[in-house]
Amino acid sequence: MTASASEPEDVARSCSASGPKDSTRTAPDPVPDTGRRADAPYDLVVVGAGSAGLAGAVAASELGLSVALLDSSAQSGGQFYRHPAPALGARRPEALHHDWSAFADLRRRLHASGVDHLTGHHVWSVVKETDGTWTAHALTGADGCADAPARIRARALLLATGAYERQLPFPGWTLPGVVGAGGAQAMLKSGLVLPGRSIVVAGSGPLLLAVASSLASAGARVPAVVEAAGYLRYGRRPRALATNPRKAAEALVHAAALVRHRVPVRLRSAVTEVHGTDRVEAVTVSRLDREWRPVRGTGRRIACDALAVGHGLVPQIELAVAVGCTTRALPDGTLGLALDDLQESSVPGLWAAGETGGVGGAELARTEGELAGRVIAARLLGRPARVGATAGLRRRRDRMRAFADVMSAAHAPGPGWTGWLSDDTDVCRCEEVPAGRIREAIAACGARDARTVKLLTRAGMGWCQGRMCGTAVACLASAGSAPEPPGERRPFAVPVPLSTLAALDGSPDPASAPDSPTDPVPS
Amino acid sequence: MARTPIGLVGAQPDPPFEITFDGRPVPALPGQTLAAALWGAGILAWRTTRDGGRPRGAFCGIGQCYDCLATVNGEPNRRACLVPAHPGDTITTQEGHGHDRLGV
Ligand SMILES: Cc1cc2nc3c(=O)[nH]c(=O)nc-3n(C[C@H](O)[C@H](O)[C@H](O)COP(=O)(O)OP(=O)(O)OC[C@H]3O[C@@H](n4cnc5c(N)ncnc54)[C@H](O)[C@@H]3O)c2cc1C
Ligand code: FES
Repeated sequence: MTASASEPEDVARSCSASGPKDSTRTAPDPVPDTGRRADAPYDLVVVGAGSAGLAGAVAASELGLSVALLDSSAQSGGQFYRHPAPALGARRPEALHHDWSAFADLRRRLHASGVDHLTGHHVWSVVKETDGTWTAHALTGADGCADAPARIRARALLLATGAYERQLPFPGWTLPGVVGAGGAQAMLKSGLVLPGRSIVVAGSGPLLLAVASSLASAGARVPAVVEAAGYLRYGRRPRALATNPRKAAEALVHAAALVRHRVPVRLRSAVTEVHGTDRVEAVTVSRLDREWRPVRGTGRRIACDALAVGHGLVPQIELAVAVGCTTRALPDGTLGLALDDLQESSVPGLWAAGETGGVGGAELARTEGELAGRVIAARLLGRPARVGATAGLRRRRDRMRAFADVMSAAHAPGPGWTGWLSDDTDVCRCEEVPAGRIREAIAACGARDARTVKLLTRAGMGWCQGRMCGTAVACLASAGSAPEPPGERRPFAVPVPLSTLAALDGSPDPASAPDSPTDPVPS
Repeated sequence: MARTPIGLVGAQPDPPFEITFDGRPVPALPGQTLAAALWGAGILAWRTTRDGGRPRGAFCGIGQCYDCLATVNGEPNRRACLVPAHPGDTITTQEGHGHDRLGV
């Protein structure tokens, strides 16, 4: 049974509307194909319906588990397979995607499966109950504003929440027209819009090439792709490259598109200033030395009306960190979840797949999701996974992970980037905290880590909970030595209305709650 | 003919409808978010910051930066990059943002 058989294009109309139409419904009693009673926990809750979560949910369901697949979005696909809502009538959505058929296949399996796909569910916390089951707490509606918070219970949990884009601030980055590179891609893929006519793409990481090629194919002029790293370091690990021909092919496709659209790529360079008063009019691009320090006198002005910028991706792991999962430092200075050979985290019963374990792309995410789904089914059904059944998946995963590590090391920000920060550049976009104030807190008050800087300056205390400024603050606080990766510690994965928290207080223990697992929390 | 996103994916959307931004009519396509409709009309800013009064709009595009907060049909703090557009929606520039309702 699929709650959203025809993916709803439309979640809650406004904050006052009740939750997404399909998603807060309860399952029939008992659910036919798995025999789950409506008031019983699911076998598995999957958070995130991107490549990893979709693959995990369908694999587990096909092996006989009852599965709820939760995602904040109204559609499946995650970041990579983000696509226009049905009402936009896209006849060739694949024009904006590499490997669309892999997604079409997952979607077909989802619709044929008994997975309950709960759209418009923003999970803000997961809790392990005393009886060992898990409860996922979610806000509902397009932006989580619907008055119908939900609790979904399950025996096992698969976190496939993907990543968010890493940002490094520079003078002018808060001007309208400066947008995330992945953000521009997401807005294009879902809304079929561009932030401008002439868009410079800058930052670091392989995503930049994909973004530039999509923007150019969609009609934007791309005066330059500006990459802070070089691609030389890829060459130092030829084995990882040679064993990942699909990745190499993907890069070639993007490179060919850039040549076709005459997009110049500038390596070892960065946008060091954005010009304009109320919106972007031009950017200055400067050469960088090996440490990413801008080289004086190399600045060149490029006219444009938008800038799409990003410096790689950060695994989105706060739900897991909050329940004590062990993390590991990744080669690019971010944190991912530490997972065993079968995708399980250090907390028994909590598995993860895709970017949560380290950024590596949609195909790796799909492979890990499939693996996790099979392993969880074997565990819950008491049939330990036969090694043969997962060996192929594990081999493919290891091969792609090795490539991901090379990629991530090649694009790790060099310590010299803070050289392009002027004291009046806002580092924290939410609380408008300029670099000068952070430097002062470090120099005068001896702040040495992001947490202390936050307490002294409010940097990282705004709505985004430090997602946009976390890397920058950690770098500034480390004053040149290797920065501690931001801890990805947030009390809640999404901001939660106080009324929802208050309603939890004194509500019955969910494990024994008489309401069905997807019923709203009484308020 | 100039290349466009709509042309690229061969989209044949249902007919557009109207929303308003600070009183001015803006066309939207069914299935677009408010932020997409605004970008489509060349509008990139619909919030001013609390301290500096600086203009802001969508930045991350996926619901994580909260820079795109707008007042929608009188209700503040809606993430325009997530909320789907509906005929007659009124968007007004939001000044600053508070977290009074939230336990962040
Ligand atoms: C903005 C952005 C754009 C990107 N664009 C591209 C691209 O064009 N090309 C490319 O090769 N790679 C792109 N990537 C990289 C992309 O993340 C991976 O290639 C791939 O999507 C990873 O799959 P995944 O399943 O691990 O995560 P994702 O595909 O990111 O899926 C995670 C899902 O979890 C959901 N989710 C997260 N947190 C919660 C929560 N608390 N509650 C409920 N649901 C939640 C999200 O809505 C999302 O649907 C992009 C990444 C980002 C952040
Ligand atoms: S653009 Fe970042 S939350 Fe909407």
